Amino acid sequence: MLIGLFNDWIVVVLMMIGLYIVIAHGNLIKKLIGLTIFQTSVFIFYISMAKIDGGTAPILADGITQYSNPLPHVLILTAIVVGIATTALGLSLVVRIKESYNSIEEEEIQQQDNDEQLSTNKAEENA
Amino acid sequence: MIAHLPILQVIIPLLAAPICLLLNRSKLVWLFSLLASGLAFSISILLLQQVMTSGVISYELGGWQAPWGIEYRIDNLNAFLLLIISGISTVVLFAAQTSIEKEIPKDKHVYFYVLYLLSLTGMLGIVATGDAFNVFVFLEISSLSAYALIAMGNKRQALWASYQYLIMGTIGATFILIGIGLMYQMTGTLNMEDLSQRLPEVAQTRTVFVSFVFVIVGVCLKLAMFPLHLWLPNAYAYAPSIVTAFFAATATKVAVYLLIRFTFSVFGLSFSFTTIPLQTLFMALGLFGIFVASTTAIYQSNVKHLFAYSSIAQIGYMIVGFSLSTVTGLTATLLHMFNHALMKGAIFLALAAVVYRVGNVELKNFRGLGRQMPLTMAAIVIGGLSLIGVPLTVGFVSKWYLLTALVEQGWWPIAVLILLGSMLAVVYVWRVIEVAYFKEPLEQNVEVKEAPMSFLIPIWTLVIANIYFGIDTRLSVQVAEAAAQSLFGVSP
Repeated sequence: MLIGLFNDWIVVVLMMIGLYIVIAHGNLIKKLIGLTIFQTSVFIFYISMAKIDGGTAPILADGITQYSNPLPHVLILTAIVVGIATTALGLSLVVRIKESYNSIEEEEIQQQDNDEQLSTNKAEENA
Repeated sequence: MIAHLPILQVIIPLLAAPICLLLNRSKLVWLFSLLASGLAFSISILLLQQVMTSGVISYELGGWQAPWGIEYRIDNLNAFLLLIISGISTVVLFAAQTSIEKEIPKDKHVYFYVLYLLSLTGMLGIVATGDAFNVFVFLEISSLSAYALIAMGNKRQALWASYQYLIMGTIGATFILIGIGLMYQMTGTLNMEDLSQRLPEVAQTRTVFVSFVFVIVGVCLKLAMFPLHLWLPNAYAYAPSIVTAFFAATATKVAVYLLIRFTFSVFGLSFSFTTIPLQTLFMALGLFGIFVASTTAIYQSNVKHLFAYSSIAQIGYMIVGFSLSTVTGLTATLLHMFNHALMKGAIFLALAAVVYRVGNVELKNFRGLGRQMPLTMAAIVIGGLSLIGVPLTVGFVSKWYLLTALVEQGWWPIAVLILLGSMLAVVYVWRVIEVAYFKEPLEQNVEVKEAPMSFLIPIWTLVIANIYFGIDTRLSVQVAEAAAQSLFGVSP
């Protein structure tokens, strides 16, 4: 049970680690790391789904009867590209957040936004 | 040519996007994007006509036979959605050039149109395709360009809103990916039509159950369904005004489409509504969404925030109609998708015009705008009346159908709650009207004039559509009913 589903266990563990980091950490870079781990677990899930014991690459050759399914592998290539694009976009957003807030901690950013809101409200009252 | 319409629908904006980079002149790129979006719109009209007369269109990509190849499948529902998305996109683009002049630095104009077209491609692709994995790819195309578009907003909060949306959106999309993977594991197919035939054989397994839950949660994140809506208000409020108008009218509709497609077509009605108590769950969450979001909307000081919360409430109405799982209920949902696109498109475009003249949409700046920008404010009033559901506007039509569907099932208390929810809409719309018409303008806004024609034409196109489809409901009701009936397997 444990050994037979080894890959699935890894997938679930990684998925939970990833999601936990996204939720629990306030650092924007760490959140992105968590997101990447989460996505990677899904890649492993797809890749191990297609593997058959003793199966080889799906190329016609003499004496080979068992092939692994190539489709999930191809699908996940696409998903990996999407993952890279997401991480790149996320990181560039973090760079610009750092430039304009001078912080990459969720709490500090939220605090600055709230302060800004409060000071505009006060200015209104005085006016 | 006619045979290739389903793919042209998606590929025209996709190819137009990189060509924009080559043209590299702001005005030229705008006209070119308008042309591409207009072409997509005409194609969607042709597709709808074709579907209405001769039934489902199946298009095999590259000539590979489905279910091995990727199939684009256009039925009543898809054609209806394609029409909404490409239509709104074209109308909104009309005002884009004037609006972004003030909101986005000049050297980024070309990129704005590239991203806009890519986002349009993604949405059209999600709707047109009949392949589950293709849905994920197009979902990410539209989302990634959406994150970048939102980050273009001129306040720094836009970056933060975009980042939050990126995290939530990616989790949602990855959930859908997991769901699709589990489905593939059980059936060995990705074609939606094929899936719907093979899933019942393995419907009792836990894998299928888990895949269903993953897909539903993922879609609901994208849908901004209460309580998964937290990313939406800031993303809408801080994005450039044109982007808000486009997304508010289309993006959530695409997610509602996915919800309907997966529950009704792929997993099948009986599976979806019996394995988990979807009806009670969605009914409750839909109603909570209506009340919580409408109440929050009342207390907003930024008008974009106000109408963003109102969008979440309107999604609640769609969810309630959906959760009934009757033909009338689904018809109400589909109608409301169409109608909500018209009203929110008009309202957010009018807000874009206010941003153009006044600089921001804080409620205090609306003082006296009723006299200074009469046509723009009139558009917000009519859009607002439509949100409330006043007769002779489109909002009335969909609310009417929703109430009929509820009464049909004998659910009177919920019908009453829906009406109470509309009363909340009266309150938040009135707040804007009161400030705009009954207060003297602020000193710095005395010089404000009516918005230019490039705003007024698209705004009033949508406003007139709001009234026209509120009176002559034949087209929208006929298509929505046909789509709902085909989803239930009732021949029209």
